[in-house]
Amino acid sequence: MGGSLIRKCKMITKTQLLDIQHEIEDHACAMGFDFFPVIYEMCDYQTISEVAAYGGFPTRYPHWSFGMEYDRLTKGYGYGLQKIYEMVINTNPVYAYLLDVNQLVDQKLVIAHVCGHAHFFKHNYMFGPTNRKMLDEMANHGHRIRRYMAKYGVEEVENFIDCCLTIEDLIDLHAPFIKRHDDPVAPPNEDDEQAEPSHKLKATGYMEEYINPPDFVEEQRRKRLEDAKAQQNFPVRPEKDVLLFLLHYAPLQPWQRDVLDIVREEAYYFAPQGQTKIMNEGCACWAHTRLMTQKILRDEDVIDYAEHHSGTVAAHPGRINPYRLGLALLNDIERRWDKGQFGKEWEECDDLEKKRHWDKGAGLGKEKVFEVWQHFNDVSFIDEFLTPDFVAEHMLFGYEWNDDTEVYEIATRDFRAIKEKLLFGLTNHGRPFIYVTDGNYENRGELYLQHRHEGIDLKIEEAKDTLRNLFTIWQRPVHIETMYDDNTTILSFDGKDHLETIRG
Amino acid sequence: MAQRIEGDAARFRGIVRGKIKEQLKGYISTGEMIGKKGRDLVSIPLPQITLPQFRYGSKQAGGVGQGPGDVGDPLSGDPSRGKAGSESGEHILEVDVSLDELAALLGEELELPKVEPRGKKNITQQVDKYTGIATTGPESLRHFKRTYKQALRRQVLSGDYNAQDPKIVPIREDTRYRSWNPVLLPEANAVIIYAMDVSGSMGDEQKELVRITAFWIDTWLRSQYKDVTQCYVIHDAKAREVDEHTFYHTREGGGTKISSAYSVMNNIIDERFSPADWNIYAFHFSDGDNWEEDNDSCTDLLENQILPKVNQFCYGQVTSYWGSGQYLTDLYDYFEENDKVVTSEINSRDDVLKAIKDFLGKGR
Repeated sequence: MGGSLIRKCKMITKTQLLDIQHEIEDHACAMGFDFFPVIYEMCDYQTISEVAAYGGFPTRYPHWSFGMEYDRLTKGYGYGLQKIYEMVINTNPVYAYLLDVNQLVDQKLVIAHVCGHAHFFKHNYMFGPTNRKMLDEMANHGHRIRRYMAKYGVEEVENFIDCCLTIEDLIDLHAPFIKRHDDPVAPPNEDDEQAEPSHKLKATGYMEEYINPPDFVEEQRRKRLEDAKAQQNFPVRPEKDVLLFLLHYAPLQPWQRDVLDIVREEAYYFAPQGQTKIMNEGCACWAHTRLMTQKILRDEDVIDYAEHHSGTVAAHPGRINPYRLGLALLNDIERRWDKGQFGKEWEECDDLEKKRHWDKGAGLGKEKVFEVWQHFNDVSFIDEFLTPDFVAEHMLFGYEWNDDTEVYEIATRDFRAIKEKLLFGLTNHGRPFIYVTDGNYENRGELYLQHRHEGIDLKIEEAKDTLRNLFTIWQRPVHIETMYDDNTTILSFDGKDHLETIRG
Repeated sequence: MAQRIEGDAARFRGIVRGKIKEQLKGYISTGEMIGKKGRDLVSIPLPQITLPQFRYGSKQAGGVGQGPGDVGDPLSGDPSRGKAGSESGEHILEVDVSLDELAALLGEELELPKVEPRGKKNITQQVDKYTGIATTGPESLRHFKRTYKQALRRQVLSGDYNAQDPKIVPIREDTRYRSWNPVLLPEANAVIIYAMDVSGSMGDEQKELVRITAFWIDTWLRSQYKDVTQCYVIHDAKAREVDEHTFYHTREGGGTKISSAYSVMNNIIDERFSPADWNIYAFHFSDGDNWEEDNDSCTDLLENQILPKVNQFCYGQVTSYWGSGQYLTDLYDYFEENDKVVTSEINSRDDVLKAIKDFLGKGR
């Protein structure tokens, strides 16, 4: 068996693969896909595991956590439990990695799949600000960190990277799109009070009281005073990009600042991939199903293709498979827009029978999915297109932990509750919202963070350990305000001891 | 070309083994991968280091899943464990693994030496293992799934396949059979005698540790011998031989008299397993809370009766809430010079691997 498999693989030559690539990509372009050039690398499993462990970038900086991931991947393969079929990274040109022992039909499937990813990377708005030369950038990072290691010691630098990694998720996921900081303006001058009347609308005599009610004017004045006071806060507004704040104000050595900057930049690079996982996989699966079944498949490949495809989109009991959910939801959108099942008329129709046979022959399906890939991320995608019918048809459910029986159990089949749960898990990448609210707490230069509590407590022990790492960076006492068991709780670390204050 | 990742992987292993970066020790978790043994699931150790972050207590959060079931039904498996690949587009498929492969990997991982069987029957013998597929063979060896797949493939190719009425009729050429390959195995037999303390102080957690350890011992020794037989003995102040199920599920009260178990073990060997024909392994698990006046009888039984007959005697001590654990020290002191006796402490799941390495690392 083993022998014949290898012979089969050897038969796939470079030119043959290149021909296949061209054939598939031609079909893809005819279908409307558009992407940067794709460069394929054939790798053995060890190499593909190495690349995957480095997040797709073989040139990345050295760190034990990548070794851990490599260990997991190769062990999984060694024990025959799992294998990676393909890897693709968001760069220009796109690099994709193929596993050399795969059969020809698998390679075709992967190439078709990659067309979807590559299109999505190029067109989805979340990737707009992405550095498409990230491979070079990562190599730069690797080089810089190796140089610091040579100069200051491996242990020293690695320990600091560990510290940075514990807070790498404290970034502002939407920052690339929103201007958070006003351009510096001249400080408000003393004439401010006189400028105030300009907030009043022009009115003459007896109308004054009506057009500029005294309550309103008073409120405006108070607001302006608060704003002025806020100007003295540090930071002026709560800062979600904690890493940026530390970068600016923490007392770091130049090399430490650079390491923190590297960790932050890579976090921002990977963030949009995490925020579009369902859509991205959906898009890739949509591409490979259409390309394979309509254009590429030969009769003899059908069975193997079907087996592999169904493995990819299989439902795992009790959890969401992003491939499955993404593809199903896109198919649903395509069907609805083909039949014209959208808009005011459709929403307002109460006749179930009529809805079942609703077909206006709109034929807008394909156009719509391409549009969706461009303008949505996972959160807005689910928010906009998840329908009660879809939830019922695909048997989605919400689960919760039962303290009595100590197992997870199905908690709801209700559409609203499920959607809410799904969105909660996706918002901010499923991480807690944490802001810097005071960089000079108690006027002692201490760092004060605030967790915006949304119904779920933090893991307290882990939070304490994170504070300890944060202290290493800030080098003054650090605090985080959160809610625990319905009490406002402040966790503090002063370099020696942890302190837990409960505010009634 | 040396892979760049090797350096990172070596560093990771260094941390896990406690050689470098002590400060991360607290974050090492004994993760596991779940493999299959027939219908049972087995766990493959996979240590992971999770750096602390500001995270939600996941249990409170719950999540969304997919599949049938009514409100209130428990979920099978732990959903927080299942992460379908990481960020960049990677495909992960699940495949099966055989017990033989498991044992080989275990041996590799723990650098276990091959067992050198003793006794006269140290002759290799050729046996057949069903590991291949052939196009001819007896009907009793027909491989249904392969045959079906072949037939389906043929029908799709020839256009006989009707999606509306998907009937698959295998013909002669479609049939696939299991076929065998000859494998050389030493024709030596082994018996493993497990004894466990079931006195009141041994809790469920302790028994679970024993069960996991025993599973890996079985798996390893099975890969080394043609035939492996197990015997089970439980004891508190009295001892008796039981079947496997009873062994793991009995909980008795009362005190602990270890010599009772040793004398039952000794009887089993004398009656059924002549040391000339069998490789005998004796394992004893307890929380080490023996009656002190019984210790002398124990060492006496071991030294004069059991040890001359067995390949190896292993004592694994699991920590319990009540046990004093004195027995381990006593045993170790008495038999320090005798390399047939191996002792190991199993305080938590983390120690299971080390215990297995202690027990099996001598290659006896």
